[in-house]
Amino acid sequence: MYSFNYNLVNCVADAITALGKSEDAKLLAGGQSLVASMKLRLSKPSDLIDLGTIADLRGIKVDGSTVTLGAMTRHAEVAGSAEVKKAIPALASLAHGIGDRQVRNMGTIGGSVANNDPAADYPAGLVGLGATIQTNKRKIAADDFFKGMFETALQVDEIITSVSFPVPKRAAYMKFKNPASRFAIVGVFVAETSSGMRVAVTGASPGVYRVPEMEKALAARFAPESVASIKVTDKGLNSDIHATADYRAHLVTVMAKRAVAAALA
Amino acid sequence: MTVKVSMNVNGKAVSAEVEERTLLVTYIRENLRLTGTHVGCDTAQCGACTVHMNGRAIKSCNIVAMQSEGADILTIEGVAKPDGTLNVMQEAFREHHALQCGFCTPGMVLSAMDLLKNYPDPTEREIREQLDGNLCRCTGYHNIVKAIKAAAATMRG
Repeated sequence: MYSFNYNLVNCVADAITALGKSEDAKLLAGGQSLVASMKLRLSKPSDLIDLGTIADLRGIKVDGSTVTLGAMTRHAEVAGSAEVKKAIPALASLAHGIGDRQVRNMGTIGGSVANNDPAADYPAGLVGLGATIQTNKRKIAADDFFKGMFETALQVDEIITSVSFPVPKRAAYMKFKNPASRFAIVGVFVAETSSGMRVAVTGASPGVYRVPEMEKALAARFAPESVASIKVTDKGLNSDIHATADYRAHLVTVMAKRAVAAALA
Repeated sequence: MTVKVSMNVNGKAVSAEVEERTLLVTYIRENLRLTGTHVGCDTAQCGACTVHMNGRAIKSCNIVAMQSEGADILTIEGVAKPDGTLNVMQEAFREHHALQCGFCTPGMVLSAMDLLKNYPDPTEREIREQLDGNLCRCTGYHNIVKAIKAAAATMRG
């Protein structure tokens, strides 16, 4: 690992000040992707600003029709929360399927969302549920937040403080995971929300995306058969040693079908 | 540059000046000389470096030591009682011969202890799924699963 300066901060304002002091500073959340990429020398921040000690950034709040997760809430906390399981079981189950037990005990929603790994699970959950990302400056709709591979709408001096999810009528997430990395080869989040049907796909392409033709079919009838015959294009999908674009396109339909079935169960 | 890191390891307060980039596992092995925590893959996949931080299993090769500033760390050296009596999980691993070369065992034991906190009465399938952060290349996992099931039964009483 390249050397860096370590900064311990106690509040979001201090973190922003620290960010402004250095050109290549990076925020450290759980570090489950960042530390790994630094060890491989794929990332070379001059400074790490550790958000781990900011108490305000942690916590789960369920308030009627909204679930709000502090940015530093760990995957294991979301997966194990009785409140989240009751309000949005699909969200708890998504968190439960991220990485492995040890990674879930460190990794955070804010870190995952800000990193926007094209095969991460949370982006599908945020877009699938129509979540809102709260930063120190503004609210950003999930649809406007994810900008393709490892890119987001976040500005350099912007920190995610929490993510709010409207409670859907029903929802489910299904992923076909890489058995070694547990990242999604394809993951599909399906939700029937008060603002309509949402189908969000992760892992298949360079960034999370919605499938309007499936949303339309589900709006007409919410049943696995509605999406079973919809073939999505393999144009622009990822092709690698794990799966070809064509195979990923096929998986989108299969996972969508299974997600609808799970949402109805 | 260096930075001062302080934490509790196996109930003992420890502190040192370390380079910022020091990983927790490096601090545990090289500064504290607690070499029961192993480095297997060094890429956060195999789980040989598993320790508990504030009661939860984590991979110590995938965090920098400063992330555990002020934390309570439990390594395999702190699992047995001071008089050498094995912990329930260690005893179950011994009884069921849940190891061969032993390299993954410290991580397996700590991960299994964390597993039982969430699944006090796990099914075989749950054990296999929940152990996916720990790799063993010798045993084929059969005896590890048996040991964890037995430890769960003992702990439930």
